[in-house]
Amino acid sequence: MAEVRLQQIRHSYNVDAGEETEYALEKIDQVWEDGGAYALLGPSGCGKSTLLNIVSGLLQPTEGKVLFNNNDVTSTTPDQRNIAQIFQFPVVYDTMTVHDNLAFPLRNRKMGNAEIKERVKTVAEMLDLTASLNQRASGLTADGKQKISLGRGLVRSDVNIMMFDEPLTVIDPHLKWQLRTKLKQLHRQVGFTMVYVTHDQTEALTFADKVAVMFEGEVVQFGTPEELFLSPNHTFVGHFIGSPGMNFLPCELDEGFLVFSGNRIKKSAPITQPETTKKIELGVRPEFIKIDSNGFPVNIIRIDDIGRYRIVKVEHSGYFFNVYVPEEFEVPTENLRVSFDPQNTHIYCDGWLYDKKEPS
Amino acid sequence: MALEFKNLSKKEYNVTFIAPFSLKLKPGIFNTILGPTLSGKTTLLRLMAGLEKPTSGEIWHKEINVTKLPVQQRNVAMVYQQFINYPTMTVFENIASPLRVKKITEKEVKSRVHKVAELLKISPLLKRRPDELSGGQQQRVALARALTKEAELVLLDEPLANLDYKLREELREELPRLFAETGATVVYTTTEPSEALLLGGYSATLHEGRITQYDPTQSLYKDPISLVAAKTFSDPPLNTVKVEKNSEGIFLEDGAHWKTSKYTNNPNGNYTLGFRAHHLKLFSTKNDDLKLTGEVLVTEISGSESFVHLKANGNNWVVHTHGIYNFKEEEQIEMYLSLSNCYLFDTEGSRVYDE
Repeated sequence: MAEVRLQQIRHSYNVDAGEETEYALEKIDQVWEDGGAYALLGPSGCGKSTLLNIVSGLLQPTEGKVLFNNNDVTSTTPDQRNIAQIFQFPVVYDTMTVHDNLAFPLRNRKMGNAEIKERVKTVAEMLDLTASLNQRASGLTADGKQKISLGRGLVRSDVNIMMFDEPLTVIDPHLKWQLRTKLKQLHRQVGFTMVYVTHDQTEALTFADKVAVMFEGEVVQFGTPEELFLSPNHTFVGHFIGSPGMNFLPCELDEGFLVFSGNRIKKSAPITQPETTKKIELGVRPEFIKIDSNGFPVNIIRIDDIGRYRIVKVEHSGYFFNVYVPEEFEVPTENLRVSFDPQNTHIYCDGWLYDKKEPS
Repeated sequence: MALEFKNLSKKEYNVTFIAPFSLKLKPGIFNTILGPTLSGKTTLLRLMAGLEKPTSGEIWHKEINVTKLPVQQRNVAMVYQQFINYPTMTVFENIASPLRVKKITEKEVKSRVHKVAELLKISPLLKRRPDELSGGQQQRVALARALTKEAELVLLDEPLANLDYKLREELREELPRLFAETGATVVYTTTEPSEALLLGGYSATLHEGRITQYDPTQSLYKDPISLVAAKTFSDPPLNTVKVEKNSEGIFLEDGAHWKTSKYTNNPNGNYTLGFRAHHLKLFSTKNDDLKLTGEVLVTEISGSESFVHLKANGNNWVVHTHGIYNFKEEEQIEMYLSLSNCYLFDTEGSRVYDE
């Protein structure tokens, strides 16, 4: 088990291009505590897999250092780093039994038979694989195979960090729930440092204690699921987290108030550097817009019923935004008025959260 | 131009892939087939397209039996999970390809391609080749081709499965509207209940090759006719528990019960109670709320919501709730369940009603 430190990591796949050099990763500084559960979340091409490969040693960063427990491992090979990695598609030895698949890493490490037996037994129990230990791995379903990939990491005692690269992509929704909770329970039991890479917000947020949201080669926010939801650091985070994401609307600051299209939303200090800021927006999540007879009027464009709640798309003076309405509330068909929760309406300057602690 | 499947089935080597089903698809409607992997979604689409020869049954289109008509003579377009485009052609030529066999003027081709490209927001990419595009863009090209074909039946086989979550969200919102304008009948397959809900229209639940229900999507979700349909259309999984109904009310295994006169028209005996995760509440909100206790297995927090997995009455249940509740493992918690939020199923798995 290890604490992982990434110091000033930058990576380019075309280093020799001189001026034209493009960086797949820019300025990555991260500390992943020993035993923590982390997720790297972002769209395709954001650099999350590049970062994962740098941590596992499959890739040498162009600049910066990787430290495990304060030892510089930047130039070591993947096998020297003692990493367990679980990929999108389960990697199992089809001709071997489940038992032999799980025992494989231990046999390679020349462990005694008795100890191997004991460890395989324990891990099989954790993963509910005991009944299929003598079956061939080829006969298992996708989720069973993915459990084996997981088990091969769990049997080892020398694992510094366990990494998951989109591990639930090929698993059906119902089984996803089971495997996800299993993973969470296992993390509690074994206490390995775990890093989970995904583009799926639900998987990232439910698995990790802290999530690094990546965008165009940078970590735009590193925070708890709650922080990412309540105060996104950047409009990208607001948009990416949440379904649908945060609403962003033009706003003005007038006489100490934050104003949206003539409606005072809340008290607000003026922006201190107006000359450098090109674009000021307010951000408010659909969950923090309430149907409120004292609010401002909106026109209903569309209502999407998602069963548990409805997303009402509305318009106010040419601007569109989404409102979240739980199942138990009615949506009035006419004269709909809404208000923004001042506490949870934020100001963004050129995409970045302006001030986390504003007077409200 | 309704499309009708009469007693259609597919069997091979004595294995039933699709059990006999009859279905009439309303013209111009977006239909979603919801079912897990290997439930037969792709086989069903291939039968509908005419790519697969049915073991029994007939396909009727506009009052004509088209069962034996070869696929190229049917007006069908299909889009797959894998992005399939002509790799050597530009995006423009890819989208124009269905028009090339139709002998229409170059001017008309151009105008149609540009119109569809505009709709799918890929106009700036028309001169590129597919390998210069991202996955999302490639799938947009494949969808654009299906649109230009102006097929009466459009089959979409998990078209968004290989795309990023956020891209999926965006396309999911656009798709029904795109095809609604063309008047085509669309059949769309997915493994995800939430996707079916967002797409609207009509949905069919598919379970082991059997269509278990076909209804407007909202009513299928809110009013499943069987346990298996309810389970197929539930994410998080449907919570269930065995109950006994007698003259006093409905009893759970641990003795907790509703004293109720509901369901009196049904015989006393054993039933299964099913309810959705968001209807199992941490606080009492209704008069007929039943207090239940359970032991927490694990809690998942998504930033604004919590999923509390727990063991109660010998079953694994999930509480899906707004707000953040970080319960410890093995903690005993109380929950509330209203009978009006539950579905009751008989021992065969058929829904019974309080009438």
